[in-house]
Amino acid sequence: MIINKKRVQKLMAEGKRLDGRGLTDYRGPIEIEVGGVKTAEGFAKVRIGETVVMAGVKLGLEKPYPDTPEDGGIMVNCELTPLSSPEYESGPPGMKAVEIARVIDRGIRESHAIDTKKLCIEKGEKAWFVMVDIISINDAGNMFDAAGLAVLAALNDTRLRDFDPVTGVVDYKSKTDNKLPMTKQAIPITVYKLGDKLFVDPSSEEEHCYDAKLIVGSDDKGIISALQKGGDTPISVEDVEAMVDIALEKSAMLRKVFKKALKLK
Amino acid sequence: MAYTKRFDGRKNDELRPMIVKAGVIKKADGSAYFKIGNTECFASVYGPRELHPRFLQNPKKGIIRCHYNMLPFSGTGSRIRPGNKRRSQEISMVMEKALNPVVDLTAYPNTVVDIYIEFPQTDAGTRCAAISAASIALADAGIRMKEMVSSVAMGEVDGTVVADLTYAEEAFDGIVSDIPVAMVNSTQEITLLQMDGEITKKALIESLNAAKAATAKIHVLQEAALKAKYAGAKTSAKVANAQTKPVEGSQ
Repeated sequence: MIINKKRVQKLMAEGKRLDGRGLTDYRGPIEIEVGGVKTAEGFAKVRIGETVVMAGVKLGLEKPYPDTPEDGGIMVNCELTPLSSPEYESGPPGMKAVEIARVIDRGIRESHAIDTKKLCIEKGEKAWFVMVDIISINDAGNMFDAAGLAVLAALNDTRLRDFDPVTGVVDYKSKTDNKLPMTKQAIPITVYKLGDKLFVDPSSEEEHCYDAKLIVGSDDKGIISALQKGGDTPISVEDVEAMVDIALEKSAMLRKVFKKALKLK
Repeated sequence: MAYTKRFDGRKNDELRPMIVKAGVIKKADGSAYFKIGNTECFASVYGPRELHPRFLQNPKKGIIRCHYNMLPFSGTGSRIRPGNKRRSQEISMVMEKALNPVVDLTAYPNTVVDIYIEFPQTDAGTRCAAISAASIALADAGIRMKEMVSSVAMGEVDGTVVADLTYAEEAFDGIVSDIPVAMVNSTQEITLLQMDGEITKKALIESLNAAKAATAKIHVLQEAALKAKYAGAKTSAKVANAQTKPVEGSQ
């Protein structure tokens, strides 16, 4: 890939981008498909422009952690597959995959987006553990925002399975109408800074050309549920304010697509 | 009790419904999507590119390397832990053997063509789907080939030879054999042959003869997928050019 930071920067200074978009425009089409994978308890496939990512949910009945005997758990894993880009290699997850998994994991866990108390079946003995796997199919940039949306959609698509109350063995062939106890629907948006310009939804080329970035997760009431700064350049409080404004606007836009796809009110 | 009526109501030689597409992953040099029943996979091809580690390099020709993987949520039971397992290693190896006879990489010594296969969901016949998908992806990547390989699982369930077994059929309570077969369509040469279970010689030959017709059906769809991509590209080339962004400098 030819990366030319100067060229991206020069264009951006004029408020332009390589593909002709405005600085805060997302690529189209933005599509969310749910269901479709029968072996998963919940599944979603998200497309933003050419970027395609899947998220699948598997549930397991396990013993709660000793320090939280009344809670189920959540675990997010991300695989940036070598299938999806020549930049990725087989083997243990790289730093980018770890960051995606960790930030989304924290965003759900620490904002209590899932009521883990309701996942508990028997105190100290049995609780549902939600295992989410993010899989990149085509990485044409902005994998993070697409992955965040996919995870949220997959969690909402998830239906619990039946299980044997005595042995605790899950019947993976069964299907119930019980959903996960979701308390909020946070959508993460990454806002990038290059020079004095802010932009969103980078292409693969632009993803290599930024000074700083800020991931902002926010729910439908505009409450921020996760923040993570990246990049080697510091940002000012004013920058943060401007970045959060953009993130809130963009998450409202993605939320419309999300609600339509999941037929939520 | 012989197995006279299939669980899903198919005829004995009938394959499950298929969706076959070429060029679904834009980043890859070649790619394919192959769905047969509830077995579904993506394949992408990268290369020829320099091969590391270097001791694997062949100075006479390039090699192909398959990476078969079932995604964590693709199994019928609990979550599958990611990572290399002996099963996926072995399947990757037999895939390479199935594809090698048709691929010509003599023009690219010391290189590798990597083929990645990922399964979002599975219901038996995964290695066959993987081979069929990989063939399309290789052709889509413009790799020099004699012909595409088409693959399907044959088998004998309780005395009846059937094509394209489901998981329920593999798990049938009785004598079952599962025979993944890959064939070069034009010559009907077999490039993959495995068998699990037990079978008589007569039933084996019957299965292999039935495999000719079954793989031919897949071959038709493989060709159609490629034609759809490239014939479609021809007519809409102008539109596509207008839409593609002027990236990576103008030169």
